Amino acid sequence: MEPKFAIETRDLTKRYGDLTAVDKLNLTIDYGEVFGLLGPNGAGKTTIISMLCTIINPSSGSAIVNGFDILKQSAAVRRSIGIVFQDPSIDDRLTGRENLQLHACLYDLRAELAKKRIAEVLNLVGLEDRADSAMKTYSGGMRRRLELARGLLHHPRVLFLDEPTLGLDPQTREHLWTYIENLARTTEITIILTTHYMEEADRLCHRVAIIDYGKIKVIDTPTNLKTALKGDVITITTAHKEKLATRLIELRLNPQIDTSGDTIRLAVADAEKLIPRLIKIAAEIGVEVSSVSIHHPTLNDVFLHYTGRDIRTEEAESPFKKYMTMGRQAR
Amino acid sequence: MSELRKIYGLWRREVLRYWREKSRIISSLIMPLLWLLVFGSGMRGIELSGTQSYQTYIFPGIVAMTLLFTSVFSGISIIWDREFGFFKEIMVAPVSRTSIVIGKALGSGTSALIQGFILLPLSFLVGVHLSPLSFVMLIPTMILISIGLVCIGLLIASMITSMEGFNFIMSLVIMPMFFTSGALFPLTSAPAWLRDFSYINPLTYGVDTLRWATFSGTSPLLPVYVEFLILALFAIAMIAACSYTFNIKK
Repeated sequence: MEPKFAIETRDLTKRYGDLTAVDKLNLTIDYGEVFGLLGPNGAGKTTIISMLCTIINPSSGSAIVNGFDILKQSAAVRRSIGIVFQDPSIDDRLTGRENLQLHACLYDLRAELAKKRIAEVLNLVGLEDRADSAMKTYSGGMRRRLELARGLLHHPRVLFLDEPTLGLDPQTREHLWTYIENLARTTEITIILTTHYMEEADRLCHRVAIIDYGKIKVIDTPTNLKTALKGDVITITTAHKEKLATRLIELRLNPQIDTSGDTIRLAVADAEKLIPRLIKIAAEIGVEVSSVSIHHPTLNDVFLHYTGRDIRTEEAESPFKKYMTMGRQAR
Repeated sequence: MSELRKIYGLWRREVLRYWREKSRIISSLIMPLLWLLVFGSGMRGIELSGTQSYQTYIFPGIVAMTLLFTSVFSGISIIWDREFGFFKEIMVAPVSRTSIVIGKALGSGTSALIQGFILLPLSFLVGVHLSPLSFVMLIPTMILISIGLVCIGLLIASMITSMEGFNFIMSLVIMPMFFTSGALFPLTSAPAWLRDFSYINPLTYGVDTLRWATFSGTSPLLPVYVEFLILALFAIAMIAACSYTFNIKK
């Protein structure tokens, strides 16, 4: 029987001593969906993924991945999933192709099939030319692409991407996003990605779960989440701030007017529709408007709204930092 | 059969890594050569109960020492895999823990064997004449010895978190195993307390079997098939212990 959901968790919980890293998580993810787990570092995203990948066992509760129980059928779960870990997990001494060959062996791909698939995934991430160079010579972005290729090699039905673009420069990140978008569009694969980059979740995910302290605060599409905030802000700059502000208050156009500072700021539900009216009102009382800007809510605002705190990207460390301290650092 | 392909993959990785590090292969030969040529020559005056010179006598012991160092370090090197993330790729793959241990043990066993093979032709330098039969007997013995020793390395690696505990292991595990194995002196003339240690040291039986294979005609401590059986049981027990350790999830 075809399972209904790609992933279904039932009160999935992980405790480390007094700390509850994941707290009674109930979540269903459909086949073909790109699902984002969004939250700051330490929110429990990686712990959720580790449990779904059967690397660690939950303290209580369970989950079904691709129709298989993570506790009772972990081997079947492992065969049907692909993972790109947050930290690099490739063998530096081998070439790109050798890393893929090893992966093919570990997932029991027949030699001819492995050869064909390796060529396909290398082509997908654009690394054919570098396949036979040692991993040591790869840049951070290339390593990430090879890891993505490796995660896809055995045709997983569910792909986990744990912070796929962490520590990459904007251009490389853009590339990787394009690969992931293409993958979601052209295949039936289900993708679960964790991120603390708002724009990443916004761009790639069909649905996003905001996670904080091991709990889901809200799940919805990025668009719905943003619309629910009703948080467009119009900022008007003019030389005659007082005059325009007084008029706007008289008209009772909007209850929320902030005139502190050099500008007039209005909190509105639909900024685009209101702007022509505002310009007209200003023209009627002879006030020249020098600029108008609109701020739409971002997922960052959504995150702030649901958790009461800002998500800070600086919290994240580059995973490639490890290579620089190689040999000196104890665990 | 599918587990065989997985073991093959893991074995191939070990061998590729070993082969890429030519400097390590060469540097690991310096130590046994120093023992054979310098220490062996210096101890030339030692009277042994046979007709052999001391240099000739210690040759199998030095082969065992090379296996000991190469294998245990190779097992411990899994710490690097853990440190630099590669371990995760293996741990999340649908591979049984026993296959992981066997793949690693066979891979390291192969490296140790290559090391041993480079050493064997040098035996003529110290007056050892290896017959083709000796060669045939040495190979399985060397493989069995290194499998057990790799697993000792893996077990140590599961107990320590960084390479900082390394000197500790060197002086607490590796050197005592080397010195009590009878690699450097005949155990028949050793005091009783030392012999007791030797008998619980699995490497003792490795050294003894190697010595028996090298000089056809020397009488072993125990019948050779018993020693061989001890080595095989030790290797199997260690693989089981490692698989068990690897299976423990956090």
